Amino acid sequence: MEQIFNWAFLAGLLGAMIRMATPILFGTLGEIIVERSGVLNLGIEGIMLMGAMTGFLTTLYTGSLWLGVLAAALGGILLSLLMAFLSVTLGLSQHVSGLGITLLATGLAMFIYRLAVGSPVSPPTVKPFVPVAIPFLSSLPVVGRAFFNQYSLVYIAFLLIPLVWIFLYKTSWGLVIRTVGENPLAADTVGINVNLVRTICLAAGGALMGIGGAFLTLAHQNMFLIDVVGGRGWVCIAMVIFGNWDPARGAAGALLFGFLDGLQLRLQSIWYNIPFHLFLLVPYLLTILVLATISRRAAAPSSLLKPYRREEKG
Amino acid sequence: MQKRPPLAGWIQVLLPVGAILLTLALSAIPILFAGGNLWLSYYSLFKGAFGTRYNLLETFTHAAPLTFTGLAVAFAFRAKFWNIGAEGQLLAGAIAAAWVGINAPGIPRPLLLLLMCLAGFLAGGAWATIPAFLKNKLKVDDVVSSLLLNYVMWHIMGFLLFGPMQMPGSSWPRSAAIAEAARFPILFSRSRFHLGIVLAALAVLVIWFINSKTVLGFQSRAVGANAQAAAFSGINVNSVIFETALISGGLAGMAGVGEVAGIHFHLLMDVSKGFGYSGIVIAMLGRLHPVGTALAAFFFSTIIVGAQSMSRITGVPTYIADVIQAMALLIMLITLLFTEYRVRVAMK
Repeated sequence: MEQIFNWAFLAGLLGAMIRMATPILFGTLGEIIVERSGVLNLGIEGIMLMGAMTGFLTTLYTGSLWLGVLAAALGGILLSLLMAFLSVTLGLSQHVSGLGITLLATGLAMFIYRLAVGSPVSPPTVKPFVPVAIPFLSSLPVVGRAFFNQYSLVYIAFLLIPLVWIFLYKTSWGLVIRTVGENPLAADTVGINVNLVRTICLAAGGALMGIGGAFLTLAHQNMFLIDVVGGRGWVCIAMVIFGNWDPARGAAGALLFGFLDGLQLRLQSIWYNIPFHLFLLVPYLLTILVLATISRRAAAPSSLLKPYRREEKG
Repeated sequence: MQKRPPLAGWIQVLLPVGAILLTLALSAIPILFAGGNLWLSYYSLFKGAFGTRYNLLETFTHAAPLTFTGLAVAFAFRAKFWNIGAEGQLLAGAIAAAWVGINAPGIPRPLLLLLMCLAGFLAGGAWATIPAFLKNKLKVDDVVSSLLLNYVMWHIMGFLLFGPMQMPGSSWPRSAAIAEAARFPILFSRSRFHLGIVLAALAVLVIWFINSKTVLGFQSRAVGANAQAAAFSGINVNSVIFETALISGGLAGMAGVGEVAGIHFHLLMDVSKGFGYSGIVIAMLGRLHPVGTALAAFFFSTIIVGAQSMSRITGVPTYIADVIQAMALLIMLITLLFTEYRVRVAMK
């Protein structure tokens, strides 16, 4: 046991935690922006898959990883605008339109991928992102390797935590978004275009979700597989609730999930005689348990799930 | 937009038909995008689904699990219990049925088949009561918990198929075969049309009966319409949701029973082809009505079976079926909106 649980193991585990938390971070922060404006975007699972696919194909054809990231963001924005048309402009059920977006995005992602690459024996691969070591910091013991020798997208995700927090709580834009989410009628009264704000939030959140998906195919792995997202979008929805719609606490949830995911990956290779599926189910199971402990106290934005139609007044 | 008075009954019935026709028309976009010849594509789709006796029976066969999962979702949604977990409940039912079928006790065949159905129903039902319990007692969002449980059940099945239930001597994730006696009888020779299709049709009748003739059916509708008002009028909302979940999950579990006992005769990882998620679309398209749900399931079965031959003939990927399904859902949603509202374009 001592040979297994040493410093190298710890550094590896922390590094894996940070990496596995990254797509969840993008998705969770994106979803928080959206939900704060009063819209639940259940399209997230499909949007992440679409991001993973468009990011991968773009990089495959252009050779540019950053163009791939850009394409993933654009894919996320496009799908989110469709979500906005359904759930904001038309005011349809957010539950059902979100699930519809996920189904549509999943179908389209697989359809387009199959069209583009056909059915080769082994799936095509791209040259993925390589870790970028930050001078000095990366040479620190244990934490250096874990925290400061990561992919650029990881640094961006972690920088986004304070940025989104400041944006939501310390800027007038953030105040507008929160007002729209808590009391759209009041926002409308002072001249804020409620539906426009919600549409913009959906688009911005969709861009982040798309990038989170692209991380999976351009950094975490180097190929597109149909189950590459594998429920991470739903985990993000859970983390938003866990974080009580606060970016910092949501990020803590994402890190917790990353830790569990990283841990089960490490344990899989140590206890290789235990079927790996038992490890794979642990993060999902614990996410449910965490929700069970916290949901009673969760306070969602007041207008979440309620479309705003001016002529109906609340 | 303005609220409009309810439309006449026949328009309500025609709406899904209109939505389906519109969906088929709009499917031309992805087909053309994939470089498929339009007429050949539609022709091969319908020929693949109805063209021969075997294909027609195959379309019926495929509609069975879709009917079960559609009913499962519709029954839950009627009470606004957001059960998105039909996929996991289906797997639970499949596992339970396979387990009974493999370790089949030496009892008469009808009894054995009944036992498998019962095990599958209860397994799926029990799995669905978890999100109901979490919702009732701990206020956990049912959408999220039922979705996450799909992945938990998927990995439980993976564990079983790589572990205790793996076929001895095999390295594939696949169980031993169920006993001959545990197979659903085939009702038409030279086809896969099995007992499960009849059971699905029976389930439509039973759910219609529960919805319209029983106390539970009335109460679950009341809870769905307004849970607070239902509670005030003395309905025990928690127990209605619990019972609704049990039946909903049980129906999804039956889909799994049919796939194991009627199609695969083994438990395998792809025992469900996303039937649980299709069930959501089918329920919406069927407007949560059991008969509508069955018709929607048949339509989707047509698309899924037809897409295979369309893909063979025109090269359009079979995933076109998934795209068409999602488009049908979104178009149906928009169509429904226009039954409640009329749109006035403001002229300046």
